[in-house]
Amino acid sequence: MKIRLKDIAHGRSGDKGDAANVGIIAYDDEGYGIIKKHLTRERVKEYFEGVCLGEVERYELPNLRALNFILHNTLGGGGTVSLKLDAQGKTLAAALLRMEIEL
Amino acid sequence: MKEKIRIASGQGFWGDLIEAPYWQVTSGDIDYLVMDYLAEVTMSILQKQKNKDPQLGYARDIPPLMRRILPFCKEKGIKVITNGGGVNPRACAEAIAVVAGELGISGLKIAVVEGDNIKDRLDELIDAGAALENMETGEPVTMVKEKLLSANVYFGAFPIVEALQKGADIVITGRTTDTGLTLAPMIHEFGWDKEDFDKMAAGTVAGHILECGMQATGGNFLGDWESIENMEKPGFPIAEAFPNGEVVITKHESLGGAVTIETVSEQLLYEIGDPREYITPDCVADFTTIQLSYDGKDRVKMSGVKGRPYTPFFKVSCSYEYGFSSFATLTYSWPQALTKAEAADRILRKRLEALGCTFEEFRTEFVGYNACHGNAAREVDEDQINEIMVRFAVRGQHRPSIERFGQEIAPLILTGPPAVTGFAGGRPKPSSVVAYWPALIKKELVIPVVNIVEI
Repeated sequence: MKIRLKDIAHGRSGDKGDAANVGIIAYDDEGYGIIKKHLTRERVKEYFEGVCLGEVERYELPNLRALNFILHNTLGGGGTVSLKLDAQGKTLAAALLRMEIEL
Repeated sequence: MKEKIRIASGQGFWGDLIEAPYWQVTSGDIDYLVMDYLAEVTMSILQKQKNKDPQLGYARDIPPLMRRILPFCKEKGIKVITNGGGVNPRACAEAIAVVAGELGISGLKIAVVEGDNIKDRLDELIDAGAALENMETGEPVTMVKEKLLSANVYFGAFPIVEALQKGADIVITGRTTDTGLTLAPMIHEFGWDKEDFDKMAAGTVAGHILECGMQATGGNFLGDWESIENMEKPGFPIAEAFPNGEVVITKHESLGGAVTIETVSEQLLYEIGDPREYITPDCVADFTTIQLSYDGKDRVKMSGVKGRPYTPFFKVSCSYEYGFSSFATLTYSWPQALTKAEAADRILRKRLEALGCTFEEFRTEFVGYNACHGNAAREVDEDQINEIMVRFAVRGQHRPSIERFGQEIAPLILTGPPAVTGFAGGRPKPSSVVAYWPALIKKELVIPVVNIVEI
């Protein structure tokens, strides 16, 4: 069965210098199990190929049923220097929620 | 000691909803109004304003706002805490005093927190061993010293606590952490020990929830955003704090928005790094210990927060000149909107190259296609695309190149692909780029100064 991440989770993204943070929050425990298993560091790095030009860090917040990803070298130099329309990575959480996952 | 205090967020950044703080003080009971005005670049803008006029350099929204809310604050005993003093908190306090005088309000104490601005002390601090290495590149600040626009230390809650202990009704600070604005009244009212790091962390997390205004009460909410009611008149978040460190996040009932575990969780995840190490001057908060539960409608209780000792450093935020940039857009309609926009991009680049223009970066984005999500966006059949806005952006040190870029956009309308529109407002001009230089400094090198202005 294929699901879209958006069906089981929500999130928020923003900037930390030239890195973006992407927080993904599951709506319930089952959803947290799915994102914990499928949203690996490698998978997220591959998904944002061409967008994230650096490393991806992944942190778990089981208390909030959430994962936090740090996407390094992603924002074209960071908030003030960046030429990107989305210089602060505000839309990247939405981008990730569009991912399809095969269960 | 009070059983609880209610701390209301009034602004999430300079430019936020102007009515929000007015609604916060007039729509229900609060004890404190806290307003964050300072983003990383704001200080450099304020420094430029102060260079032109020594009476400026603070968030100029504050005096007209105080004119509206001061009568309510005085009547209800609401204290106001803000970092909108920017690089000139004293002038901000004096402007508020003038407003109070015109309103016939007296008997108030305005505290001014200074000492964060280290731009003029840089040589002395470098001599004292503060290299202010860039936290991202490791380079010493001397690399950009001649181009430096501003340099400010992020103070935490304690200078504000000192101000409140001196009886301040209004606290105007320079660069203070957003979280310190919310933590300070809790420390002051409940007499928390500064070594009680779980409580410092609880107040800090509450501050993180409040610091972006409506982002905690349903604004920019990626969950079921259509369920958020009355967004035209939103309630910004209120932290109802208790002496034991528990905090209930809520909002005024009559205002819009929503406080749910989902809306609060999204804000908790906003712009954080390692969740176990949320570092402030007051503590290191562990976001993996936060427990959220419901305490009624639009009430989310936060408990269990653990903290660890603060580090020996303050964070320093410097800004410096970094050349020029310019932006322009054109819109191409069906048919072949994307292909035409791409062709225009090639033509523009070849023309600028033939002119000998040089840029550090030349970025072209196709709005309506993949500008936001890049390669993560989905491929679409071009015939289905109704229109594309092409967005050109350049940055570099060579100003004439940036200027010429602005002159080469409008000609594309008559000398490029067809069905193009959307160029208006004259040639785009080069604007100065301000870059950000984050660093650390030993706390003992920078001492906050708190003074009271009585009106």
